[in-house]
Amino acid sequence: MTAQLLTFYLFSGVILISSLMVISTKNPVHSVLFLILSFLNAAGLFVILHAEFLAMILIIVYVGAVAVLFLFVVMMLDFKTSINKDNILQYIPIGILVGVVFIAELIIVLINTKFDLSNIQVLPNPLSDFTGKSNTEAIGSVLYTDYILYFQLSGVILLVAMIGSIVLTLREREGVKRQVVSEQLQRQGKIDLVDVKSGKGVDIL
Amino acid sequence: MVSLAQTYFIEVVTIILYCLLIFVPLLLGVVMALYADRKIWAAVQKRRGPNVVGPYGLLQVPADGLKFIFKEIILPDGSDKTVFLIAPIITLALSIAAWAVVPVQAGVVLANINVGILYIFAISSLGVYGILMAGWSSNSKYPFFGALRSAAQMVSYEVSIGFVIITVLLCVGSLNLTEIVMAQDTMWFFIPLFPMFIVFFISALAETNRPPFDLPEAESELVAGYQTEYSGMPFVLFMFGEYINILLMCAMTTILFLGGWLPPIDIYPLNAVPGFIWFLLKVTFVFYLFAMVKAFVPRYRYDQLMRLGWKVFLPLSLFAVVVTSSILFFFNLAPGM
Repeated sequence: MTAQLLTFYLFSGVILISSLMVISTKNPVHSVLFLILSFLNAAGLFVILHAEFLAMILIIVYVGAVAVLFLFVVMMLDFKTSINKDNILQYIPIGILVGVVFIAELIIVLINTKFDLSNIQVLPNPLSDFTGKSNTEAIGSVLYTDYILYFQLSGVILLVAMIGSIVLTLREREGVKRQVVSEQLQRQGKIDLVDVKSGKGVDIL
Repeated sequence: MVSLAQTYFIEVVTIILYCLLIFVPLLLGVVMALYADRKIWAAVQKRRGPNVVGPYGLLQVPADGLKFIFKEIILPDGSDKTVFLIAPIITLALSIAAWAVVPVQAGVVLANINVGILYIFAISSLGVYGILMAGWSSNSKYPFFGALRSAAQMVSYEVSIGFVIITVLLCVGSLNLTEIVMAQDTMWFFIPLFPMFIVFFISALAETNRPPFDLPEAESELVAGYQTEYSGMPFVLFMFGEYINILLMCAMTTILFLGGWLPPIDIYPLNAVPGFIWFLLKVTFVFYLFAMVKAFVPRYRYDQLMRLGWKVFLPLSLFAVVVTSSILFFFNLAPGM
């Protein structure tokens, strides 16, 4: 139990510190790297909760894919010229506003449940018995049965987002030469395979 | 605090011993892989390869390593020095960490976790950070372009690797690597899933930046890619990380398609051989294929590489997932149904 507690404090401590570093470092690339560190430690917290499937998915999706693209974009910014210390103060009112709204929402949620989290009953269907099932099996057995509608809906939303971004960025450019492999492979009469006899050579016209 | 130390001391020591048990054979494996790589490459080109240091040139790689250790570590002036030094450490640490779940024989595995294949997939998807950090922190054009190319390439081919893994998992019904091997008791998966075996092999080449997909370090264009500014020990860490990743991909091919530690036919002289010998033989065979591809195939152009990943392998593997699951469903072959 103590070891579990120690690992919990280790992971959550690193999350807190690295989240603070995300907003306090001057270099945007360092911020993204600290963000990734806090993602990784959140995955560690999932492992402590025996939710190893969620932990791995968190790493694969957020750290392995989303944050890579994030880092990609931030790395290519010319941030050495764009950092201006005078601008920082002008964002403080908005920051305080967002923080106040967020804390107020948290307080409302916690007061409604009277700090007793066991009272929360938001699930439309009570979960079935998962004893003896592995994590992955348990998630699969509800995700594709009870929650199939939400699952499909989120899939459709992602598809729409994907098509939207492709439509927005796709443009036909004139005069760009593209390789069409099937045409290359099908062309006739331009390529001859010649069996070259050793020591005699071959006539190429 | 004293009781805590007493309770966990033995456990911690055993875990460290197990880690060494993985690390030391891996280092030896990398040394042998580097030697084999150079020897096979040389043999294809009718050269001798390393043959001076030690018997048959076997000590060439340790000698090279020793040379790197005694070289000066040069930190470029404009580089981000912390990130610059962390990058190779991350690369090596991640590549070793993935080996924690690889079973070399029935029951012989450091961590027999339920989500083993996802763990390997997650760890190998983190590998791109070492390269990105190296490329960015070097503060130089060639490493940066190399890192961008490498990251784009690894992210692209990870998608098709993921789908290939799903087709295998559909036939197994478990994410545990030991159970994936045991499911190949009657037939190795490379027979029914042969096209996926090919896709996985080629994607593994691209994922590990091996020729013909070694564009991130194409010397005629980018000097040495993201490794350009590295010297001495950090360079060795990159080199080792890369080769441990290659060995990991060979081991993954073995586990997913070639039946892991299982003998080819379950008859007397073959099944008396210990499992890890079969495992080693199969990994060596796959590595031999990797080395032969390096010697035979010319380097791809970058747009061809991207086309192959997104326009050929992605539809193909997605189609294979649909076909495999349909067949398993209609013939009632799916495990756990």
